[in-house]
Amino acid sequence: MSKTTEQVRKTLARRYRAEKRFRAMGMASVLFGLMAVVVLFTDIIGKGHSAFVETYIQLEIRWDQDELYIDDPTDPDELAYADYDALIKNALRERFPSVEGRLEKRNLYKLVSSGAGYTLRDRLAENPQLLGTTETLWLLADDDVDRYLKLGQEAQESARLPEQARAWVDELVQEGSTDTRWNASFFTHGDSREPEQAGVWGAVAGSFFTMLVTLALAFPIGVAAAIYLEEFAPKNRFTDFIEVNINNLAAVPSIIFGLLGLAIFINLFGMPRSVPVVGGLVLTLMTLPTIIISARASIKSVPPSIREAALGLGASRMQVVMHHVLPLALPGMLTGAIIGMAQALGETAPLLMIGMVAFIVDIPGGPLSPATVLPVQIYLWADSPEASFVSMTSAAIMVLLGFLIMMNTLAVVLRKRLERRW
Amino acid sequence: METAPNFTDTGNGPASIPAAGDKGDNTMDADIRYPENTVGKPLVDDAKMRMRDVNVFYGDKQAIFDVSLDIGNNEVIALIGPSGCGKSTFLRSLNRMNDTIDICSVKGELTLDEQNIYDPKLDVVELRARVGMVFQKPNPFPKSIYDNVAYGPRLHGLASKRYELDEIVENSLRKAGLWDEVKDRLDQPGTGLSGGQQQRLCIARTISVSPEVVLMDEPCSALDPIATAKIEELIDELSSQYTIAIVTHSMQQAARVSHRTAYFHLGRLIEVNETNKVFTSPDHQLTEAYITGRFG
Ligand SMILES: Nc1ncnc2c1ncn2[C@@H]1O[C@H](COP(=O)(O)OP(=O)(O)OP(=O)(O)O)[C@@H](O)[C@H]1O
Ligand SMILES: [Mg+2]
Repeated sequence: MSKTTEQVRKTLARRYRAEKRFRAMGMASVLFGLMAVVVLFTDIIGKGHSAFVETYIQLEIRWDQDELYIDDPTDPDELAYADYDALIKNALRERFPSVEGRLEKRNLYKLVSSGAGYTLRDRLAENPQLLGTTETLWLLADDDVDRYLKLGQEAQESARLPEQARAWVDELVQEGSTDTRWNASFFTHGDSREPEQAGVWGAVAGSFFTMLVTLALAFPIGVAAAIYLEEFAPKNRFTDFIEVNINNLAAVPSIIFGLLGLAIFINLFGMPRSVPVVGGLVLTLMTLPTIIISARASIKSVPPSIREAALGLGASRMQVVMHHVLPLALPGMLTGAIIGMAQALGETAPLLMIGMVAFIVDIPGGPLSPATVLPVQIYLWADSPEASFVSMTSAAIMVLLGFLIMMNTLAVVLRKRLERRW
Repeated sequence: METAPNFTDTGNGPASIPAAGDKGDNTMDADIRYPENTVGKPLVDDAKMRMRDVNVFYGDKQAIFDVSLDIGNNEVIALIGPSGCGKSTFLRSLNRMNDTIDICSVKGELTLDEQNIYDPKLDVVELRARVGMVFQKPNPFPKSIYDNVAYGPRLHGLASKRYELDEIVENSLRKAGLWDEVKDRLDQPGTGLSGGQQQRLCIARTISVSPEVVLMDEPCSALDPIATAKIEELIDELSSQYTIAIVTHSMQQAARVSHRTAYFHLGRLIEVNETNKVFTSPDHQLTEAYITGRFG
């Protein structure tokens, strides 16, 4: 046996041990990461799933013209401003005739959501012939009732619902006059002070318009900058300086971009507060470095031999970029852009600075109407005192995570699709 | 046009080395061994391209020193020399591919049909359409075989109708000796071909725009003997229509395909002669040392 072989055999066992150790460490890290994800998801889903359903109460509604204070049932104005809450109060009083006293009655009225009146208004507006009839309707319960029913037997003690009201609710449950239904309003409404009426749609629309502005600005600017820096810019001190600064910019805390946006877009240019356009501009500043860096990396990965071949045939630099570099680099650029957008979608701090944290009930109709965004909505709800907002917060987080997962999947799919397989 | 400097054309036996000829054959003391001028016949009467006093720099580093050389019409000239002596650098300055390297600068007079190719008025796009290049590593575009060949003609608008383009593609592939192998799969990726086929595809792509001069930088270095033989055959056929400059590390290849051979050494053009003569009785000791395999 040669000396080398001997030496190799001696060290072999050690090398294998080192490899095993390394593999075990890698596995442990992966497992740790997975566990963190599992814990996060179970927590969020555990807390949030209940927000996707809400409680309804069955009541006998008498469409009484006098109670509604309607003189002329054909006048839409009068219909709009009629006292629909009175109908609900009536129905509740008739349902629980034993309730006496102002305070008790107030508690009784609170069983039904304050938004139920609008449901009645809309219903009457659609079916005016209902006036004078009586029908059984399912009306949205107040969030305290909802909360009380969603809590387990033991935890019910801690619910905010008054002692009396619990008895009424228990009675309703026994009769089968309560029902849990799919919480459609969570996906169609804007924010509200009442948890049972609040929804994420306003925030989703705000996020959508903000992202639209960000994408429309950041992608073209980022790609153009990357192409210029990679393909056209002379390599000198100045471009080195730019390169270093782009990398620095990527590391700047996002709140600084918010302050910058506040100082420049709002204070200097006088743009309105709380609007997606300004949010988009700020997030563009924040996303640009990410997009530029990833676009440059994917341009760099295009083999130089392809460029030489095209140049050698007499293609101009612009043609080389358009015909060869861009198509080959595009999948990487798109992936980078989507990852940048996903970051921007989850960004909260800079948007707080430019006022997108305002309480906005209306669904934004465009990039210029006041709006909030999903992460800020989460922040707002997490800060609210009502216990029901806890599950709403988790539900909103689920929606946000859903969008993020969708975007990341899109990035992977796009890369797979567009990547040349030859 | 300046006249050719007084070249030493002794015709028989290695030229005497200016100064210090007394050192042994094997001492490669470079400084003193260079001839003042290129020996042999670097200049011809019927020249397609003329290069005079070409100096090429990479930043501060000089890669080519005072090279003067003519490339004749319809001639195949082989550039040989040890690795790093500047063959590629010289070749790339003939169609201004060196422009793409920021730090590279080319000095001297280079003409194509008596027209200065570094003239700012001459468009580099036009130059490269007239002086095509085949690279050392096959570099087909990640597109179909058809699109690879059609790219140049499309770029320069050489065909207005589809059938014209088809014709150009077929002709180019035929000339490159690839037509029979690929005619049934023109829509398949060019990168899916074998190395030798890829290189012939690249040659077809280069000649599709009907250049006047074809520059080849070690076109066979990645190929097996059969593919090499095919490409050499091809060069032979092409030489009736095109002017070809080929860089090669294979002495046999240079001997087989070229009319004249130029020997480079450390950035200097040492000797240019008829290929036969270079390989049988070179004028310069360095050339002899190289072709007999004493270095390089
Ligand atoms: N892009 C570059 N930047 C700096 N120096 C370079 C560059 N390309 C080539 N050189 C230098 O120029 C000299 C000549 O290089 P060149 O590539 O022309 O040699 P060559 O004769 O083609 O060699 P080979 O036979 O190995 O291909 C070498 O010293 C090399 O280091
Ligand atoms: Mg070379």
